[in-house]
Amino acid sequence: MTIDSWLQATIADAERRGLPELKPILETLARATKALRAADFNDRADAGANQPSAPSP
Amino acid sequence: MMTIEDFGRVLRARKTTSEQITNECLARIDADNRRINAFILVMADEARAQARELDRELAAGKDRGPLHGVPISIKDLFDIRGAATTAASRVREGHVADRDATAIARLRQAGAVFVGKTNLHEFAFGTTNEDSAFGPARNPIDPTRSPGGSSGGSAASLAAGMALATMGTCTGGSIRIPAAACGTVGLKPTFGEIPTDGVVPLSRTMDHAGPLTQTVGDAALVYEALIGEPRKTPPAAVPVRGLRVGVLRRYFCDLLEDEVREHFEGALERLRAAGVTFDEIEIRNAGDLGTIYLHIVLADAAAYHAATLESMPEKYTKNVRLRLEMGRYVLAEDYVRALAGREMLRREVDAALGAHDALILPTLPIPAPLIGADTVQIAGKAEPVRNVMLRLTQLFNVTGHPAIALPSGTTKAGLPCSVQLVGNRMATDALLRVALACEPHISPRS
Repeated sequence: MTIDSWLQATIADAERRGLPELKPILETLARATKALRAADFNDRADAGANQPSAPSP
Repeated sequence: MMTIEDFGRVLRARKTTSEQITNECLARIDADNRRINAFILVMADEARAQARELDRELAAGKDRGPLHGVPISIKDLFDIRGAATTAASRVREGHVADRDATAIARLRQAGAVFVGKTNLHEFAFGTTNEDSAFGPARNPIDPTRSPGGSSGGSAASLAAGMALATMGTCTGGSIRIPAAACGTVGLKPTFGEIPTDGVVPLSRTMDHAGPLTQTVGDAALVYEALIGEPRKTPPAAVPVRGLRVGVLRRYFCDLLEDEVREHFEGALERLRAAGVTFDEIEIRNAGDLGTIYLHIVLADAAAYHAATLESMPEKYTKNVRLRLEMGRYVLAEDYVRALAGREMLRREVDAALGAHDALILPTLPIPAPLIGADTVQIAGKAEPVRNVMLRLTQLFNVTGHPAIALPSGTTKAGLPCSVQLVGNRMATDALLRVALACEPHISPRS
């Protein structure tokens, strides 16, 4: 799920549950999650030839 | 106020009794608790009865060790048999603990006297102690300010002389932050070293239990009782000359209030003059720390609270409820990313400690904030209070390394500043020996 679609869905769910005040903090969480996904410690399935296929223990 | 070590000396010289020191603490609670709201429950009758029994034991030749007869306050997150564990929340109304938490049982066995249960940020989910079903705890140095959190009532009770030591818990800094805000010592041991059964959880993967005390020696005495190995005296300090310490500057010193920075640099100067060698050390991925911490703590806390968020949402304070609700939206894939980030940070802190006796950094980037402040000004920029308060402590909850906060002087307004030392995992004892050596140079009162 992309961050944008996650944010749309969570805000809609929060509003449906009567919690519209969650919107700004969900937007804050979305920014944090975006940073987490962009961090260079994440490994991925298409790692290149020069990258390890999994982090060393 | 008397330290645990001082009290032990006069107790064994028959110049005081546990009942006498307990009554002194209870008198201070009676006189001052309305002002600082440190206690949710005062256990006066039970404490006096415990103290009298411990005095009888000592007179009969049974000495339980350094905590014998010592009045201690307990964060209201720990189960004490027969008492409610409120976690400062209406969600826990009607709860009564049927047994002691293991940490409490060990303190009881070591002879501690429990004077009462202290206020906290609801469910330990905050750094200011403002969101509590029992109202905010206040800083005894300046009651318009927060005592820090989440163990704010604990730190306030100690700083106000209402107990000789206090027990806190720490998920992102909740022992060291209030210790820093109130000018006490705060010890977060290695993750898992002190059992947390019988303690209301926030994040089971980052929760720690530990003491706040007036001195490092007292912290060592309480720590040893908590791990079930009480000893008669604190461990010996290592020689300060020749210590090699890593200084964490990048990220950790980027955002500091001016006087906090001055006191940190002053502590480094005094240590250098005493023979400590410093190396500048970098935690390469420190910039990712906040987001890693956030995704772990939110998801862990949401799992514990999901049922009561559905069944009794109105019983939470507004801010804590919203924070917990936010956690319910963290995706599994992002939680797993955060766990991977935690492993990376753990390796980086291990590597930073590799050739060093300890790491050193400030504890809290600001002095105790005003109650009600959402932001604080640092270098002319408004910063969110919660993020700033967690910034320097949460790393070692994520990685599990032991850390201790020591007072390092006061601002011109009389507010405490604090320095933090960090040691190797499963080597809390070694960290305490380093802290004992550094304490006279970090803490001007010494």
